[in-house]
Amino acid sequence: MQITSRAKRVDKKPFTFLERAYLPAIFGGMVITIKHLFKKKVTIRYPEVQREFSPVYRGVHMLKRDENGAERCTACGLCALSCPAEAITMTADERKPGEENLYREEKYASVYEINMLRCIFCGLCEEACPKEAIFLTDSIPTANFTRDDFTYGKDRLVEPLVRPVKHINAFEEERRTAWNKAR
Amino acid sequence: MSTIFFLGYKTILVTMVWGISLLIAMYATLMERKLAGFLQDRLGPDRAGPFGIFQPLMDGGKLFFKEEIIPNDSNKFLFILGPSLAMFTACMTSAVIPWGPDLNLFGHTIPLQIADINIGVLFVFGVVSLGVYGVMIGGWASNNKYSLLGAVRASSQMISYELAMGLSLIAVLMMSQSLSVKEIVQQQHGINWNVFYQPLGFLIFIICAFAETNRAPFDLPECEAELVGGYHTEYSSMKLGFYLFAEYINMFVSSAFMAAVFFGGYNFPFMDKIANGNLLAILGVAVFFAKIFFFIFVFMWVRWTLPRFRYDQLMKLGWQILIPLSVINILLTGGAIMLKNL
Ligand code: SF4
Ligand code: SF4
Repeated sequence: MQITSRAKRVDKKPFTFLERAYLPAIFGGMVITIKHLFKKKVTIRYPEVQREFSPVYRGVHMLKRDENGAERCTACGLCALSCPAEAITMTADERKPGEENLYREEKYASVYEINMLRCIFCGLCEEACPKEAIFLTDSIPTANFTRDDFTYGKDRLVEPLVRPVKHINAFEEERRTAWNKAR
Repeated sequence: MSTIFFLGYKTILVTMVWGISLLIAMYATLMERKLAGFLQDRLGPDRAGPFGIFQPLMDGGKLFFKEEIIPNDSNKFLFILGPSLAMFTACMTSAVIPWGPDLNLFGHTIPLQIADINIGVLFVFGVVSLGVYGVMIGGWASNNKYSLLGAVRASSQMISYELAMGLSLIAVLMMSQSLSVKEIVQQQHGINWNVFYQPLGFLIFIICAFAETNRAPFDLPECEAELVGGYHTEYSSMKLGFYLFAEYINMFVSSAFMAAVFFGGYNFPFMDKIANGNLLAILGVAVFFAKIFFFIFVFMWVRWTLPRFRYDQLMKLGWQILIPLSVINILLTGGAIMLKNL
């Protein structure tokens, strides 16, 4: 019964004399390897040259600020809930009067930690967030000596203030165009 | 020639040959890694200095500073003797290789060969077969079954392939009628190289040379996958370094020997056009080293192309194919010589 038209007959012929003599095959192999001597090398000399990431690469998270520089996160916990790796923990706190420029909503996360060893960089937290507060950037978690160092707190997650704050929509827009281009 | 002068230039020559073989062996490690990289579309080590030229120094330094472990159950004397012997025999073979035509300096003729003994080829074989002891003693003294298995493999491999090697060389010796390496080289004046008369002999010889130096595809004595490193499993620090280093020196020396016996040594086409003897000597040395480097390159090229032989295949190739072939080669050569003299 013929199941597919692509079936190939395999037969176990005894080797011919030339095949048994190895030498033609050996020289053929050596020609192949010598050709590789002149091929373009795939090595990326890392610290000097960095590999180009895909525009939709998912790396270390960033907790964004809004256009006034206030943290967007309201500690709703949806990201933690959506996280398949259970990498996110947070502690909510209430905004005190006079802290409006620091936190956008009345409730904010006083502690927000992501364990980078648990995280699988799936991006579901980004999708779940109703406040567009968390985004995955294109940087990779750096190497560390202890496990504890891989638990990133707010000090390493919140978008730094000194940088000109990019409007969240612009960020989204950039991503979308990049994604479309990549496709 | 005064004795003092004789001793002086021999000492210089010995030191130079020794230093150069060490240097070349050192940089052969870098070349090997670079070449391995390039053949696999990588770059190889390039961090230590430009193009990684300090890499061998770093590797050597690292080996010196590694902890030196001598296993409790080993035979300490033999354990140390093993790598020393391997290194010693590796360095000794280069004594009979003529590096170039004679130099004329200060009114003296200076042969660029440490010792022109009339049984040079035999000497090489004698020393090379001593090399087995380094491996065997090291593997046995480690008191480790992997080392022992590696050593047993190494010694049986070396002994089997030495036979075919010697037989393939006999055809050359029949033609040259001399065992002195210098004379063999001199007979290949110009482009009258032995390889054109003995292609089969050369093929057998180079295959055996791969086996003798324990290089891929015959690196069974130290196959990492099966024997955890083979005969040097228990070795660490510079003693391991000696074993690895001896392999590279052996590679250099066997390349030199092959270049001398089959590829005309320092001879090159149109060498008679050069009247100045010293210039000829220098050019000869350069040509000889170019040939040596070519063979070292071939050694590495083969290593990064071919997979390892299985042990029974290795033995079968040695005993059932190479030895009969070299006997046939001897018969053919004998027939040809007879026809010529008729
Ligand atoms: S990227 Fe995925 S795994 Fe990582 S924190 Fe977000 S939801 Fe969890
Ligand atoms: S990052 Fe977004 S989803 Fe997570 S707690 Fe803050 S607001 Fe909620």
